[in-house]
Formats: sequence, C-alpha cells, structure tokens
Amino acid sequence: MIRFDNVSKRYPGGFEALSNVSLELDYGAMAFLTGHSGAGKSTLLKLIALIERITRGQLYVDGQNVSRISKRRIPYIRRKIGFIFQDHHLLFDRTVFDNVALPLVIAGYRHQEIGRRVRAALDKVGLLSKERLYPITLSGGEQQRVGIARAVVNKPMLLLADEPTGNLDPELSLEIMGLFELFNRVGVSVLIASHDIALIEQLDHPVIGLEHGRITTPAAAIA
Amino acid sequence: MNRRHGNRQRSRFAWQESLRRTLSPRIWLRRHAQVSLESLGRLSRNRVASLMTAAVIGIALALPAGLYVLLDNLHRLSGSWDGQAGLSVFLKQEISEPAAQQLAGTLQEWPEVANVTFVTAAEALNEFTRHTGFADVIGSLDENPLPAVLLVTPAAGNTGPVAASALQQRLQDLPQTDQAQLDLQWVQRLSAILAIAKRAVLIISCLLALAVLLVVGNTIRLEIQNRREEIVVTKLIGATNGFVRRPFLYSGIWYGIFGASIAWLMVEIGFFILAGPVQRLAGLYQSDFSLETLPVLLLFVLLAGGIALGLLGSWLAVGRHLDDVEPA
Repeated sequence: MIRFDNVSKRYPGGFEALSNVSLELDYGAMAFLTGHSGAGKSTLLKLIALIERITRGQLYVDGQNVSRISKRRIPYIRRKIGFIFQDHHLLFDRTVFDNVALPLVIAGYRHQEIGRRVRAALDKVGLLSKERLYPITLSGGEQQRVGIARAVVNKPMLLLADEPTGNLDPELSLEIMGLFELFNRVGVSVLIASHDIALIEQLDHPVIGLEHGRITTPAAAIA
Repeated sequence: MNRRHGNRQRSRFAWQESLRRTLSPRIWLRRHAQVSLESLGRLSRNRVASLMTAAVIGIALALPAGLYVLLDNLHRLSGSWDGQAGLSVFLKQEISEPAAQQLAGTLQEWPEVANVTFVTAAEALNEFTRHTGFADVIGSLDENPLPAVLLVTPAAGNTGPVAASALQQRLQDLPQTDQAQLDLQWVQRLSAILAIAKRAVLIISCLLALAVLLVVGNTIRLEIQNRREEIVVTKLIGATNGFVRRPFLYSGIWYGIFGASIAWLMVEIGFFILAGPVQRLAGLYQSDFSLETLPVLLLFVLLAGGIALGLLGSWLAVGRHLDDVEPA
C-alpha cells in the first residue's frame, strides 16, 4: 500500500526532517508511528498525502510511484486516502452532514448516493442523530468522530491519522482507536501517528519508531 | 493474501469509477448547475455586500451604455437629414421673377443637378410667417425683405461632401447669386463631432471595463482570503484546482449578470426621465423625434460584456491567488 525507499525530506532552510527512511505498509495492514514531537511523524504522513514532497528516494502509494507526480494528479491520489488531523479541520460554517459529504461532492456523486453514504458513515461513528448540528456545538471527541466519518465516507483504501487522540482523554482515545480497528477489519490500511505509548501498548499492532528523522525499529516491513 | 488481492481490484474499480464520473457529460452539467446555484446562494447570504459590488459594476457599465445610446439618438437625428442634401441659392434682390425663372431652367440642364425648385420672395415670406408667427411684425414692413430662392437638389452622384461643395462654388460664382448655401454643412459638422464623441465613449468604455475587472478581481480576492480554510480542507480531501476554482468563477459571472441588469435599469430610468423634455424640445422644432432607449441587441451586448468581464476578473484573481492556498 505504501512503500518508502530511502526517502529523505529536507525543508527549505536545510532542516532534514526525514533521513533515509525505508518502510513498507501492506494492503490491509494497521500500524502505529511513534516518536517524540519533532521526530518526523507528521512529515512522514504529509509525504504520503503529498502535502509535502520528498527530496530524495522513491515513494509508492497503491503501487504508483508518486515521488515526482505532477501537481495536477495529486487530487486523485488524495482521494484514495482518508486523512484525520489532530485539530480535525472541520468547516464550522456548515452542518455535520455537509462536512462529511464534502469528499463525495468533490468526487461528483449524485445526491441520493451522497445522502446514503454520509448517513452510513455517521452511523458507524455513532453520530447519526447529530447530522443537522454545526460542529461548534459538538464535544472534542464528537468533532474528531465527524473528522473520521469524513475520512472514511468515500471508502478510501488508506487511513492516515496524525495524533487523532491528542486532545482526548484516555477513555475517548481508546474508543477512537476502536473505530480505526473496525475500519481495518473491513480491509482498510491504517497508519496512525501517536506519541501516546500507553495507549499504543494496549493495542496489538506493529509499531514503527521514529527518532530524529530515522527509523529506530528493526522490522520496517509491515504486513 | 486474498484480502490483498481484493484490495487491488477494488482500487482499480474505484479508479475507473472516478474516471467515469469525471467524463460523463450529464454529471458534468449537473455539477456546474449545482456550483452556479451554490455561488448564487452564497451571494444572496451576503446580500448587502453583493448588491454593493453589483451596483458599482452596474454604474461602470451604465455610463458607456447610456452615452452610446445618447450618441445613437443624436446620430439618428442628424441622419434624418442625410438623404436630402440640398443647396439654397439666394438670388440678388434686383433679379426679377422671370429672370429667376429662366435661371432655374438653365440650372435644371446642368448634369450635376437633379431638380430645381423656385421659391418666389412672396412665397418665402409666406412660409416664414407661417413658421415663426411673426405675422404682425412682417405685416408692418413696407416691402418684402426676403430674396427669391432656388432650391437645388444635386444629382445622384453629386451628394458627397466634395461634389456638393464644388456645386456650391459653381452656383456661388453665378452673377445672379447673392449667396449659395450648402444646407447640410452643419449636419456634416455635427457628424464629425459625433465621430469624435464616439471615440471618446470608446475610450471611456475601455477604462470603465478595466474598472469592472478590478472590482470583480478584488472582490474575488477577498472572498478567496475569507474562505482560505475551506479551500485548504477541500484540497486536502482531493479537490482538483478546477473544483476549487469553479465557485469563484461563477461568483464572477453572477456579479457580471447583476451588474449588467442594474446598468440596464439605470439607462432605462435615465432615458425615461429625459424622454419628456426631449419630446417638448423636438416639438418646438416641429419634429416628431423621440428618444429611443436600449435596443434589444445592445441589452444582449451589455449582458455578454458583464458576464465576460466578471468571468475574466474572477479568472485573473483566482489564477493569481488560488495557487498560494495549499495545505501545509
């Protein structure tokens, strides 16, 4: 699903966020990415979603080499990926329903199909009753679940989550992780960046360690 | 292994599905209809601000449109004399009526003359009295102050300014002539002035079109800034540049349509206000001239111009500012 071949990322100004990273996440796998803040977790996820571009090496997403893919084709790669942010990036001027519907609108689904899929996604995250509310009226955990519903609504092959539980208490965090496991069980590949070691240890999934932009764990291929 | 295979297949299917959705013309049309209505809805939510922008565009479009129609009316007014280019030959007082009659006969033979009408001094006085209402004053005169006049119509090939002037000169040189006057001289001067005015209107139109571009461009630029967060999020979840661009382009088009409508309304109202006084003035000149407002064709030109300027303005703004808004 994802393959990094000796990938480096150097930001303008010279700071090297990732150095010679090689790793592979197979189709249907679920893994955690850990490390201190500044270790390069976010950068690694951003490279996959093509928010940042790699400086050296090769990067494959869904079998496609995206190392030097043209700007015009980036949107189509992003549609295969559901991205979940720590601050969830919801649009506060529209309802929960409209927020979740956005990826489907972008992909050009027809009206009835959008309604059906949005309700199915909201049902999975347990927010079906709140579709008409505005995100501002929801709690932090609920907002994060709206973000997850939006990420999964167009059935992406890959879920990327950057500190999805960063602002949540342990109980809510475990609930959110449960959701990710649920999607993983139906075949979605999942990669979660988190520095919450206690939480990660409760769950039985491979862990990729990052430190100063280098991978510290021996097994870098995760099936 | 099995699951992996299924995923690959799903991936291919999803890709084909997305291609199908991109290419289908019905979906394309539906999408555009959706976006245009969405943009309209957004404008109507900020009614006052949108109306103000549209009004500025309306004023900028109304000025050249109104001036153009005004010039068109003046042109029509001067044009109504164009066909009857004629010369008036005022004869010297001492020329007797039979001599004048004979001269008319001679002129009639000239190749560059189509027709000669002889107006005796008495007839001229009669007509003058009738048109001016100076009957009392004229009645008190001892003798007729008016000369006899020969009204000369040039032959078909001699109505142009050069030929008509040559003919005027030839008539002026006759010993019996007091003065030969080309009736159309002031009409020609008026059309020359109108030609200059038309150029001036063209220049003003270009400047105001530029103003419309800037107004639309600036409005769209502000809108892009206001919706920065939304643009970033939609790009993050796979929106193409086209998808992001579209609502802004439609906003530009709507601004153009509303601006043109407001301009049309302004011109109509302006001419409605002017119509009465103009008719009274025309009446004083014994003319049935009346103002004509925007012809339907010009209405379409106005609308098309508004749409084109709105689209171009937003296109420029979007091109300049949308690329800066990238997720980071």
